[in-house]
Amino acid sequence: MLGEGPLFPRRWTVQDDLDYADGDLRRILGSAKVVAMVGASPKWNRPSHFVMKYLQAKGFRVIPVNPQNAGETILGETVHASLADVPVPVDVVDVFRNSEAAGPITDEAIAVKAKVVWLQLTVRNDAAAARAAAAGLQVVMNRCMKIEYGRLFGELGWAGVNTGIISSKRLKVNR
Amino acid sequence: MSGQDAFGFETRAIHAGARPDPVTGSRTVPIHQTTAYVFEDADQAASLFNLSTFGFIYSRLTNPTVSALEERVASLEGGRAAVAAASGHAAQFLAFFTLLEPGDEFLASRNLYGGSITQFTQSFPRLGWRGILVDPSRPENFRDALTPKCKAIFVESLANPGGVVVDLEAVAAIAHEAGIPLIVDNTLASPWLCRPFEWGADLVVHSTTKFLGGHGNSMGGVLVESGRFDWSKSGKFPSLTRPEPAYHGLNFYETFGDFGFTMKARAVALRDFGPSMAPMNAFLTITGIETLPLRMERHVANALEVARFLEAHPRVAWVSHAGLPSSPSHALGKKYLPRGCGGVFTFGVKGGHAAGVKLVEACQLFSHLANVGDTRSLILHPASTTHRQLDDAQRLAAGAGPDVVRLSVGLESAADLIRDLDRALAATA
Repeated sequence: MLGEGPLFPRRWTVQDDLDYADGDLRRILGSAKVVAMVGASPKWNRPSHFVMKYLQAKGFRVIPVNPQNAGETILGETVHASLADVPVPVDVVDVFRNSEAAGPITDEAIAVKAKVVWLQLTVRNDAAAARAAAAGLQVVMNRCMKIEYGRLFGELGWAGVNTGIISSKRLKVNR
Repeated sequence: MSGQDAFGFETRAIHAGARPDPVTGSRTVPIHQTTAYVFEDADQAASLFNLSTFGFIYSRLTNPTVSALEERVASLEGGRAAVAAASGHAAQFLAFFTLLEPGDEFLASRNLYGGSITQFTQSFPRLGWRGILVDPSRPENFRDALTPKCKAIFVESLANPGGVVVDLEAVAAIAHEAGIPLIVDNTLASPWLCRPFEWGADLVVHSTTKFLGGHGNSMGGVLVESGRFDWSKSGKFPSLTRPEPAYHGLNFYETFGDFGFTMKARAVALRDFGPSMAPMNAFLTITGIETLPLRMERHVANALEVARFLEAHPRVAWVSHAGLPSSPSHALGKKYLPRGCGGVFTFGVKGGHAAGVKLVEACQLFSHLANVGDTRSLILHPASTTHRQLDDAQRLAAGAGPDVVRLSVGLESAADLIRDLDRALAATA
């Protein structure tokens, strides 16, 4: 039978072994209001800048965290040196740093009582994820908030990307 | 359950990429016959041009009807993303333009559709790309032919016209050892019969004009990305993994991850060369794909019945169909195309060139034309048509010797097809 080649993909979206239920991601992205973006870049063509601008357009408040640019402004928001400096409660900590650096950032996210730690594409730290889960946080790794938002709320398919979504219901625009 | 992995192929052939329209509720995919899309404001326009948001600008790049087709084919191949093109040749161009720099080389099976051999060996060299043809019957031949400048290996899963099946798993391993992707033209098999990504391929191309559309009414092509090739590992693909000057210094792989190749193929190759698919053709192809599993089963059954008839016919010298035990590709066919080896094959008519010409002219039901993958049965004598410009030796190497006849067996009653060929073969005596 087909579907039994040695590399038969178990997943049809991002090709890794992390399996996040669409319902969980939809709840996170549909309910979060404040995102602290660690590693946000002021350069327009960096991935973090893309994601920040996109999430702002979808109604999120995105607060940039980057010690190198502390005190500056990115897309209308003041940049803070650390998560502890962010003056408002944070729903999601979105991490644009490497996997090793994501460890201490996750611990800071636990300390500031964030609800979700979200590590961007290529960023994965299983030990930090275990600490966050033990502290009651939700954890998403090796995913992009913009791509997952677009996938679950009907925009990613416009770029010819396989969203994995099949439905006979009209799409409801969420935000 | 995280989505589409819960749904079977037949369900995805009908539903993938095609939720009801959010505004009108239209159940089939609307034909968005428009060139351009109104921006919300200047800021959104800038975001669209920067690729920092998803949306439509201009139908050379994206169109909602074409997007639905792209997502559907990506889903059926088990891939991450796809970009459609005006034809299969255009899809191949998008693939190679996204991979290669001037001076680069690639390996290609010598058993390919003749038009691909011409594209690779006559037209691509004018762009500084060299396609090196390799006998695919031994996978090791690809390893032996690799050069430091090689950036890809290209094969057809089921070769046109000879019915040769390539050992995809072995060739993929050789490509990956060299840090380069395997590109598979899956046109003649279709994803119902063979899914190259399951055997290690990294990119798949189709002429959707053939079995995907399936009705001989729409030109088109598509390039699909598996999402599993690490473009940064070998350092051989700087235009994907470093700031791309053709797009304001954007790093496509870093920004879009496992669909970065598709984004670059669209945002640079499709943007700058313009071979986009027409929305009407996308609509007809989407409609065709909905019956792909049903049609392929009948194509396979009819072709095998016709092939068996021909193999026993006294006016026929040989039949090359991987579904027949006599074929050297029979074992590979069972592995890679377990549901059957497609609807296109060749056979040799006794009496050489003159008999071949007589045969195609004597058919009353088979249509004499240069296409495959139609509901209608098609017949062609390559030596007097598609391969006419070659000399005898070149024709033989290409599997288009004087006696070779190619069939694309359609969905008519098999008994009628057999009667038509029987009468026509009698006329060659």
